[in-house]
Amino acid sequence: MARHRRWDAALAKQMALRLADKEGALLPILHELQATFGYIDDRAVSVVADVLNLSKAEVVGTISFYPDFRSSEVGETVIRLCRAEACQSVGCEHLVAHLKDTHGIEVGRTTSDGRLTVESVYCLGNCALGPSILVEEQPFGRVDTTLLDELIAEARR
Amino acid sequence: MSIRLYIPLDTSARAVGADRVAKAVVAAAADRGVDIDLVRNGSRGLYWLEPLVEVETSAGRIAYGPVTPRDVAGLIDAGFLTGADHPLRIGNIESHPDFARETRLTFRRVGLIDPLSLPDFEAHRGLNGLRKALALAPIEIIDQVIRSGLRGRGGAGFPTGIKWKTVAETRAERKYVVCNVDEGDSGTFADRMVLEGDPFMLIEGMIIAGLAVGADKGYLYVRSEYIDAFRVLEKAIAIATDAGLLGRSVMGSGKTFELEARLGAGAYICGEEMSLIESLEGKRGVVRAKPPLPAHAGLFGMPTVVNNVQSLTAVPYILGEGPEAYEKFGQGRSRGTLIVQLTGNVKRGGLFELPFGISIREVVEGIGKGTRSGRPIRAVQVGGPLGAYFPESLFDTPLDYEAMAARGGMLGHGGIVVFDDTVDLASQARFAFAFCAHESCGKCTPCRLGAVRGRELMDRIIERGAGPVETEMLQDLTTVMTDASLCALGGLTPLPVMSAFKHFPEDFQRAKALRSAAE
Ligand SMILES: Cc1cc2nc3c(=O)[nH]c(=O)nc-3n(C[C@H](O)[C@H](O)[C@H](O)COP(=O)(O)O)c2cc1C
Ligand code: SF4
Ligand code: FES
Repeated sequence: MARHRRWDAALAKQMALRLADKEGALLPILHELQATFGYIDDRAVSVVADVLNLSKAEVVGTISFYPDFRSSEVGETVIRLCRAEACQSVGCEHLVAHLKDTHGIEVGRTTSDGRLTVESVYCLGNCALGPSILVEEQPFGRVDTTLLDELIAEARR
Repeated sequence: MSIRLYIPLDTSARAVGADRVAKAVVAAAADRGVDIDLVRNGSRGLYWLEPLVEVETSAGRIAYGPVTPRDVAGLIDAGFLTGADHPLRIGNIESHPDFARETRLTFRRVGLIDPLSLPDFEAHRGLNGLRKALALAPIEIIDQVIRSGLRGRGGAGFPTGIKWKTVAETRAERKYVVCNVDEGDSGTFADRMVLEGDPFMLIEGMIIAGLAVGADKGYLYVRSEYIDAFRVLEKAIAIATDAGLLGRSVMGSGKTFELEARLGAGAYICGEEMSLIESLEGKRGVVRAKPPLPAHAGLFGMPTVVNNVQSLTAVPYILGEGPEAYEKFGQGRSRGTLIVQLTGNVKRGGLFELPFGISIREVVEGIGKGTRSGRPIRAVQVGGPLGAYFPESLFDTPLDYEAMAARGGMLGHGGIVVFDDTVDLASQARFAFAFCAHESCGKCTPCRLGAVRGRELMDRIIERGAGPVETEMLQDLTTVMTDASLCALGGLTPLPVMSAFKHFPEDFQRAKALRSAAE
């Protein structure tokens, strides 16, 4: 996975130290770790706990509370599909069914080849032009099955 | 001389191809040796016209839309860089009937200016409010905000000036201003549009809040789904700091105000102010019981103003133009403008700033022009996932705090989601419980367990229909959730559920009807 670094305890510690002086530094540190490594490695817990002088339980508790923080690696491309009310009204659940029936992709899972992860989200702030998805950081609106097929094909290429 | 063009960097505009259009325009102009100056602006809010391209011509700004990359060559050849005619030509967007009927106070610059140009901001009345505030005593600033009648736009509608007064009167070594940019409600995006379209206005509002209450540090808590908007905001903060707007001496006044933007991490509950404060402190976003109020002991135990983006961004207008100029709009105890976000299955969705009091019907039919699917409208949900579902018979309800409450609904953050006649309100009620179960912070039982029980109950009702037993269970469960939940997530989930049940009872009997038809 070229877009993320391999786990590196020294680097993690360096990052934590750099942000440690902020008020409420834990979330910014966790975001930085995830942006760098793609997920938050179990081994990061004691590194961060040490730097911030917190118990490991506090760090683990915070990581587990927030849906954004992942404890394992994800697919090379992450697609986030909005399933909130405004997107429901324009058929986002059809897209979920289409992913499963046509592509064998379950929302909430990573494909077995590790290429693709599809996750549910609740609102991307594009509610006038739904259904909405986010492919990595690129938003797409008025998504239909044709566009979805193209995006899946691209991610699997 | 180069020709100035505007193509939004707004997330929704990008979601339908604004980046590709921008690229095509740049390439086509280069091909033809035309010198252009491309500004990535905010959106004008008429989302069905995105990607909207505006060209500055001798006859003013001329808009074209919706533009696809394939249209670009044809547009250039037709002479759109000088405002020439073309099937996609709209003319001056501010004369468009749906724009012209708006009353833009807060959103007057969004889409108009270059979001990251301070000179552009100042040329359009930016900083007028702050300049006036710097010449006033804190209590005078607060007095103006109270006189404007401004109520919090995050959902609860609490008077903003009164909140500020409490913080101002609380003695402490440090105080904070926190802007709630969690905007988790489905059907809303006004806060995002401010970040992407006029971030200096929000910064101006926060500085004024800081001066009023005596805080010298502010935080903005931005949901992580808004990563692009977050980056625009961070740039704006850096520019404002370099320009001396933020920092040790705000505009040379000797007063300190610093700002920092932080990212949330995917939890809806972190929009609740106590959960948000916990999250900013680096903890799990578990809701803290009130009292103490954040105004007395909030972030890091210090007196804290927590306000929604739309509350803070109304303030520069109020200070700059005077509280009367704001207060004269609206009706009853809902003063000023409402930021309507029209969404879902609607032909013409977008953001419309309107005086309080316009009816739901005028919005969904008059502006929205019905559903995108072309089928009849069956329901709207107003006020986000915790707001009520209304049937057509309630569409004449005026959009103001009291009128909505009188009909068992709420305005929330101003989002309206339109559904056509294929919607099943029993499924929507199930979703409301499922969402609550998914997002519950886990602190109190009525919410944590009640929502799971409610979801199971709705499964049963969807499968078998609601008999007397199920009906009573649903009523009991929602009563307990309403009465005994610590915060409005558990406390208001019954609103979408029971409004659906009340106004669309047939959907809760569908299984039974099907069964008796089969017999
Ligand atoms: C579950 C829940 C979610 C909320 N989400 C938001 C939100 O995303 N943005 C917001 O401004 N207020 C939200 N609120 C309301 C805040 O608790 C708080 O009332 C508001 O930020 C105060 O600002 P205001 O007075 O300017 O409205 C939420 C409340 C609850 C119970
Ligand atoms: S009502 Fe739900 S979200 Fe609110 S405090 Fe209780 S458990 Fe947490
Ligand atoms: S509900 Fe899907 S983008 Fe808002």
